[in-house]
Amino acid sequence: MKVDLNTVKKIAHLARLEFDEAGAEKIKNDMTQILDWVEQLNEVDTEGIEPLTTMSSEVNVLREDEEGEHLSHDRALSNAPQKDSDYFRVPKVLE
Amino acid sequence: MNLEKFLSFDDIQKSLENRETDCKAIVNYYLENIQTKAHLNAFVEVYTDSALEQASLVDEKISSGKAGKLAGMVIGIKDVLVYTDHESNASSKILKGFNSQFTASAVQRLIDEDAIVIGRLNCDEFGMGSSNENSAHGKVLNAADESRVPGGSSGGSAVAVQANLCTVSLGTDTGGSVRQPAAFTGLVGIKPTYSRVSRWGLIAYASSFDTIGVFSRNVQDNALVMEVMAGPDNFDSTVSRKAVPHYSELLHFNKRAKVAYLTETIESPALQEEIKANTISVLDKLKEEGHTVEEVHFPLLKYILPTYYILTTAEASSNLSRFDGVKYGYRTPNAHNLESMYKKTRSEGFGDEVKRRIMLGTFVLSASYYDAYFTKAQKVRRLIKEFTEDLLTKFDYIIMPTTPTTAFKFGEHSNDPVAMYLEDLFTVQASVSGVPSISIPNGKDKKGLPIGLQVMANSFKEAELYAFAKYLTELNVNE
Repeated sequence: MKVDLNTVKKIAHLARLEFDEAGAEKIKNDMTQILDWVEQLNEVDTEGIEPLTTMSSEVNVLREDEEGEHLSHDRALSNAPQKDSDYFRVPKVLE
Repeated sequence: MNLEKFLSFDDIQKSLENRETDCKAIVNYYLENIQTKAHLNAFVEVYTDSALEQASLVDEKISSGKAGKLAGMVIGIKDVLVYTDHESNASSKILKGFNSQFTASAVQRLIDEDAIVIGRLNCDEFGMGSSNENSAHGKVLNAADESRVPGGSSGGSAVAVQANLCTVSLGTDTGGSVRQPAAFTGLVGIKPTYSRVSRWGLIAYASSFDTIGVFSRNVQDNALVMEVMAGPDNFDSTVSRKAVPHYSELLHFNKRAKVAYLTETIESPALQEEIKANTISVLDKLKEEGHTVEEVHFPLLKYILPTYYILTTAEASSNLSRFDGVKYGYRTPNAHNLESMYKKTRSEGFGDEVKRRIMLGTFVLSASYYDAYFTKAQKVRRLIKEFTEDLLTKFDYIIMPTTPTTAFKFGEHSNDPVAMYLEDLFTVQASVSGVPSISIPNGKDKKGLPIGLQVMANSFKEAELYAFAKYLTELNVNE
């Protein structure tokens, strides 16, 4: 699979990443190389095989709905890069 | 100062029993070693104060006869396991300044049995790497040869035990991140069955692969730590509720074992000559001792790594979407609106390998490519898992080398991501299949670098795996 710069740009936007010109060129080449390598999987016959979607053999366990402890407001906000007394703050969204 | 003290937990317990030492002295001994060996860069942060405080508490418990079963054990934890009111970064700039509000369940259980946490250990960023070169905290040196990598991603955890900076350490293993560094540093390292140990408080990389493992100098200590850590936990809905056997009390091995080895591993062109020779001598010795040893073909072997990389990058791209600069960690000072805050925070905060994997994962999950890559890999995963489990019902164990080569030089694979990925050639089978796997020392190569031997058993057979691993180390085939 040959990845082009347009695809890099589209995927980067989906992943909320950005690359400068040299960075985009490099990631384009790396992705092409890695995708070429993983495409070996096409040699494996998987006709009629169900995809494996979970690794744990546990089924849902429901506990009693008991009142427990919360993370306090102050504790929850303690790592925020920007906050006020009640909320996490981010750049303005509405003009 | 004698650097060769306290080489096992047994040593420590004897010294404590004979009142030759106390926990405070043990912690001080390790603190001094950490200082002497600071250039190895194994520790990201040393918890001098909290470790000494914990030591005094445990000393009091010992004198009042109330100490837990790990009293006197000093542990280091990989920088992806959180610990209340201590910083955790996953070796990433994006988590700079993050102080956890809670403790990982696995770590808490060790503390509850009176283990002392001495600090956090360097690793590849978010566990992504096989050499510990992808770390915001810098590289870690292999104490066996300081011009070489310790392996990764749990490189700091390996070197901390190798250089005697703590009694045992915790690492995490997603595709070989405990076993490969254990092999490179001459230690015992286990990846338990998937879901055996709660992942609560483990900063996620690939959730259907991530496990918490242990580094130690001997099988006994490893088994003891695992039996304390494993088991049900209200905070992880995937963790197994199966009872946890007392692994450390079940180490006596007196069976005739049925062992398989895979042609494709032993005949791999990537396999270093001395590693092949040492693996074969173990297999020969087992035959001599009356065990059944059979060669098995596994043509799917070369497809395991590509399967692993499609699925883990997909899971990583999803898991790492939480790092957006809003609630914790690094936030760019260069944003002009919300979207540019996300993009610049992530682009400035993540390292190159992490960005590469997020991009790849986003690609294989994108609408046009989902079936061709992601679903295809999930199907191949089922084939690999079923083959492995089936083989492990016919045989008790699979034996193979842990790594194709011994520790390589810094920078050797830096410009070729696929060459670096091939380091995990033999460790990913257990990760893709979810079965437990252990690496034990198996002699040295011509340069004097440690070689690892890997043993796999079927899911939840940790007790059998530990017992056989101990038996193998006592055969001393390549010593």
